[in-house]
Amino acid sequence: MRKVLIGILGATALAIGASPASAQGTVKIGVIMTLSGQFADAGVQMQNGVKTYMQQFGDTVGGKKIELIVKDSGGMAPDVAKRLAQELVVRDRVDILAGFVLTPNALAGGDVSAEAKKFMVVMNAATSIVTTKSPYIVRSSVTLPQVAETFGKWAATKGGVKKTYSMVTDYGPGHDFEAGFHRAFKEAGGEVIGQVRFPVANPDFSAFIQRAKDLNPESIMIFVPGGAQPAALGKAFAERGIDPNKTKILGSGETTAEQALKSMGDASLGIITAWHYDYMSKDAKNVQFVKLYNDMHKRNPDFFSIGGYDGMHVIYESLKKAGGKTDGDSLIAAAKGLKWDSPRGPMSIDPETRDVVQTIYIRKVEKVSGELTNVPFDKVENVKDPVKARMPR
Amino acid sequence: MTSTDGALAGPQQYLRAQQRWRAIEIVFWLSLLLPFVVTPNYLVLASQVAITALFALSLDLILGYAGIVSLGHAAFFGFGAYTAGILSKHGWGEPLTGLLISGFAAGLLGYLMSFIIARFRHLALIMITLGFGFLLLELANSLGWLTGGADGLQGVKTWPLLGMFKFDLWGVTSYWYSLIVLFILFLVCRRLINSPFGLSLRGIRENAVRMRAVGAESRAHLQKIYTISAAIAGIAGALLTQTTDTVSLGVLNFERSADVLVILILGGAGRLYGGIIGAIIFLVARDQFSGINPQYWYFPIGVLLVVVVLFLPNGILGGLAQIVESERWQRWTANLTPWRKKP
Repeated sequence: MRKVLIGILGATALAIGASPASAQGTVKIGVIMTLSGQFADAGVQMQNGVKTYMQQFGDTVGGKKIELIVKDSGGMAPDVAKRLAQELVVRDRVDILAGFVLTPNALAGGDVSAEAKKFMVVMNAATSIVTTKSPYIVRSSVTLPQVAETFGKWAATKGGVKKTYSMVTDYGPGHDFEAGFHRAFKEAGGEVIGQVRFPVANPDFSAFIQRAKDLNPESIMIFVPGGAQPAALGKAFAERGIDPNKTKILGSGETTAEQALKSMGDASLGIITAWHYDYMSKDAKNVQFVKLYNDMHKRNPDFFSIGGYDGMHVIYESLKKAGGKTDGDSLIAAAKGLKWDSPRGPMSIDPETRDVVQTIYIRKVEKVSGELTNVPFDKVENVKDPVKARMPR
Repeated sequence: MTSTDGALAGPQQYLRAQQRWRAIEIVFWLSLLLPFVVTPNYLVLASQVAITALFALSLDLILGYAGIVSLGHAAFFGFGAYTAGILSKHGWGEPLTGLLISGFAAGLLGYLMSFIIARFRHLALIMITLGFGFLLLELANSLGWLTGGADGLQGVKTWPLLGMFKFDLWGVTSYWYSLIVLFILFLVCRRLINSPFGLSLRGIRENAVRMRAVGAESRAHLQKIYTISAAIAGIAGALLTQTTDTVSLGVLNFERSADVLVILILGGAGRLYGGIIGAIIFLVARDQFSGINPQYWYFPIGVLLVVVVLFLPNGILGGLAQIVESERWQRWTANLTPWRKKP
């Protein structure tokens, strides 16, 4: 039995090894994202970003046609994501794996990338460790500590804030943001005078805001995901009489994203956030990108879109640089050290960690020609992922 | 047929007749080997179908046979999955013992829960199991140091099966492993159901008060079957962990509890094979539909469910059984096969 099994295995392995998928002049990219369930919109925006890039730069690279095979992993389901990645590699013979909205799914995909030696581009999943899962992973989005620690350091130094009250949503990304901000803020001499975590589905922030107000802090650091929360938050700020111009409110980019600003209204004026991308940026490349995006998808891009867009850029440029080779080793070698101007600004791939290096913008919500806008007033350039910088090599 | 003869002759004969293997069953199990030959590229899917089938089988024991409605069965699935994952992370990645330990752990949790479960019926049960599922999910979420929280458990590495077969990218080992575990546990369930114990469970399902009146203590029976069901669900969860080397909060999700219920109802509850048939149809349909349209594949799945429930209210197997037992079918087959004339 064992011999037969090994025989079957060997034969399949041979069959796969002997017929490189790219021989017919196409490069197959297996894209795994969340297109149904709670995180469906993130997947849709990412896919839109990918499509926009292919519309703008064509679907052939170095004479080879790019073929996308899109799969839906549903929500947080690493078992499904891993199976899809396995099937993409074994059955569809893809050359590259891409997509990945959620960290657990990306980590599961990483296993397959490592085992099958496939180039993999993570277009969102923002936990630091993702890229360590396989030597063939590149990330084109952002890491949460990249934003949180940069912001914490900025707040305590240039921001001139010495004391803050910390409020985060009680779930993974909230904890990560809290940890990153606190660490950098304290290292730079800041003090966290109190902290609270509130539930993910929290309809009323009054009590939490009142607790913060009682301490009369110099600033409040806040992290909430999009959805209905920012509106409730803005309402509570206004009700409890917290004026962003007196008490600085520091948040992550999601807190003042497009929909969040709309639902919060004028209560959002003065909130300071750190983020890597905003669709309102006046950068020429961004204006062009947003216009094409609006035409194609009838909505504005967000950070999921830009992750998908730049992810495709990494794939295209790596393919060009590798000169037609599509194996994992050639592509990852080509991807290391890539530098380019993205709609979000200058960015590159760290040759050591294969993670994204980019500018983090410090923005303030202001009214520009009647519209609530995140206006960047400071930036920190060439930010690397701080967690991996601390890891022993 | 023979079963009716058996019933006339007495309960022992009836049970013995039920235990006898029918030709169609043997054909069914042999056909589960077909993916190795026919669709060798779908073995990973096949192994996840087998795991889901095992999970559905565990639910069938309590829902189909004992009438315990559960909307939180993923709690045990997830508990088993996390147990196997945590064991493996801390240096014990041996699959078979990991499976047994996980099954035992989930069974223990099921035993503790069964004290509450056996006291309630129907609607109250739905609420309790649902709440219990949420509790466990939240617990796993907050115990980040143990479970890895929202990022999922990292560092799960399952050793080769029996020290020889590595879990490969093609899913050959995974499918063999899942299928064999499914078959063994199916045999256990089959034996259990076709025993006096199984009969009294069905009695409790139909009328719990009456069962006590005839002297069968229903609470102890319910506790037993609930514990067994939890252990099997835990083994299914552990299988998923071991064949994918990943565990995340997804294993404890409400969606998983709901999906397995849908699968069981789709296939036909109270028929042992219902869960297996349901899992095959549901997961294969899902895979095919989501391959055709990754964004809106839920639509055809919904249509499929509505159609099945409308026209086959007892599930696919229930519908088939109805056809087979109908007068016309009996007459028709009797004509086709004159040597099998009814007595």
